[in-house]
Amino acid sequence: MPVMTYREALNQALREEMRRDPGVFLMGEEVGVYQGAYKVSQGLLEEFGPKRVIDTPISEGGFTGVGIGAAMVGLRPIVEMMTFNFALVAIDQIVNHAAKILYMSGGQYNVPMVIRGPGGPAHQLAAQHSQSMESYFYHVPGLKVVRPGTPKDAKGLLKSSIRDSDPVIFIESELLYGTKGEVPEGEYTIPLGLAEVKREGNDVTIVAYSKMLLLALEVAEDLEKEGISVEVVDPRTLRPLDTGTIIESVRKTNRAVVMESGAGFAGIGSEIGTIISEQAFDYLDAPVERVTSANAPMPYAKNLERAKQPTKERVMKAVKKVLAVS
Amino acid sequence: MLKLEQKELIDLLRQMLVIRRFEEKCAEMYALGKIGGFLHLYIGQEAVAVGAISVLRPDDYVIASYREHGHALAKGSDPGKVMAELFGRADGLCKGKGGSMHLFDKTRNFLGGHAIVAGQIPIGTGAAFASKYEGNDQVTLCFFGDGAVNQGVFHEALNLAALWHLPIVYICENNRYGMGTSVDRATSVTNLYRRAEAYGMPGETVDGMDLLTVRERVGLAVDRARRDCIPSFIEAETYRFRGHSMADPGTYRTKDEVEEQKKHDPIFLFRDRLMADGVLKESDWKQLEREVRDIVEGAVRYADASPEPPLEWLLTDVYVSER
Repeated sequence: MPVMTYREALNQALREEMRRDPGVFLMGEEVGVYQGAYKVSQGLLEEFGPKRVIDTPISEGGFTGVGIGAAMVGLRPIVEMMTFNFALVAIDQIVNHAAKILYMSGGQYNVPMVIRGPGGPAHQLAAQHSQSMESYFYHVPGLKVVRPGTPKDAKGLLKSSIRDSDPVIFIESELLYGTKGEVPEGEYTIPLGLAEVKREGNDVTIVAYSKMLLLALEVAEDLEKEGISVEVVDPRTLRPLDTGTIIESVRKTNRAVVMESGAGFAGIGSEIGTIISEQAFDYLDAPVERVTSANAPMPYAKNLERAKQPTKERVMKAVKKVLAVS
Repeated sequence: MLKLEQKELIDLLRQMLVIRRFEEKCAEMYALGKIGGFLHLYIGQEAVAVGAISVLRPDDYVIASYREHGHALAKGSDPGKVMAELFGRADGLCKGKGGSMHLFDKTRNFLGGHAIVAGQIPIGTGAAFASKYEGNDQVTLCFFGDGAVNQGVFHEALNLAALWHLPIVYICENNRYGMGTSVDRATSVTNLYRRAEAYGMPGETVDGMDLLTVRERVGLAVDRARRDCIPSFIEAETYRFRGHSMADPGTYRTKDEVEEQKKHDPIFLFRDRLMADGVLKESDWKQLEREVRDIVEGAVRYADASPEPPLEWLLTDVYVSER
């Protein structure tokens, strides 16, 4: 299988879907002439021209709304947020309009659009540019939320998101763009709402996605040497959430740790922890542990930034806590 | 006026009258508890929606705010389905899920009633974007009130439409008050049409109580949009004779002011003009009133006869993939 970066995999997905469907277009800040702030849209302007690769002014509320209107009447917009932090400027359009138009119209108008871009903690970008945004969106009925962690998933899930009939929030990661992985040759898609067991194990389940997935896999590798067998489940899509795969894993291992890079209060760990207690309580040998970022904005200073986020040590400690070993 | 046949003129009058009597009936139904929530009546502003929409083709798009019963009816939505929606019934335009502020009618290319002030403006701009992208010559009319022009997305959308040469006409229905705040207490430059200058877009103000003027000026703007992809901004000066919603205490304007404005009732002005021109006789007017009363009463009967939506519908239409 060819090896490529997460960035290249996304670029391939965009290119393939734009070739496949003339109604697909890409719109956002610096996606064309500049070739993308993070180069995800590199070369697309050359191939598809300015009609389909559209540079916008800095106007997220405006162009997100344009995407919604275009989607309502039959196009398939991909709206790029240069970073997902800027989606907050467009959150009324996303939450009050894109998410609800199908329901409010009694099923008459759907909004087949993708809003994508990088999100989550990055390196020393401080409070306004370094935060996990998914919790703002997965709370909302009508939105789908995707958080891919590997190049293969990024490509297959982006292709499915573009073909989906509902609005999809697709959050990439600045810190993953340069990571490499195997990507199948030829056409493939990965369905939304399907988790994947990224590593099999018997003693404890770690649920982790995006950048946290890579940390979970490192931890699993290290704990293997200590004789602890960790299963890593990557939900990949947070809404709809594949609870079946998570529950199946917990029923096998009887212990669970949920990781997230966002502040923990009312985060994804709260939801997954609750689902596990509702559906697998009798199988649990210990309370579900959460490893999350601290409940503070992201600091700039390197040491504070590191202290805010889940570290390998903290994850190992949580695993050992649910296993009651030291 | 000369270009229109007698039949067409009377039909425009009928459309305005349907909206007027429909809205009056809504107020009654609200008092009876058959309509709930927020109810924003269009009474007084009928000439704007009817005049503007009358120049469109059926495949053109219309999008509006939460005061949109009139726009839906003018675009051709069935009054029975609109009333059933207001009653929250299964046969409503949106299966009872939208209500007064969220009427949508895909069969009429009516892109909805949107209830976040100015929220519909970028969305309508997107419909116009799609028309240009697809290379067809559909035009979008985007309606909003004077309260919308100070929202960020209003400016963002106008900039995008002018920058990208989109086939859209923005129609600002200036009824002088955003809820209870008069334009001069909300907006630094009170000639709202001048906002268009900032975006290099044609802008003008028209008498929104005069149906034929609205029709003529919007008609020219629609032609510009359709032929040359030039967006326009039209400020229609109008007035709502009722409160902002049914809960309006009316403390922000005087009774005298309202009575003065009612002298410019768009329906009676147009009726009197047609009578003066010999197009309409007193007996025709009486006949029209009867026809319209029947339409509105028929709408109420239809809505009353429709069942409540089944409980299973609570969870349908959240996602297409789960339908």
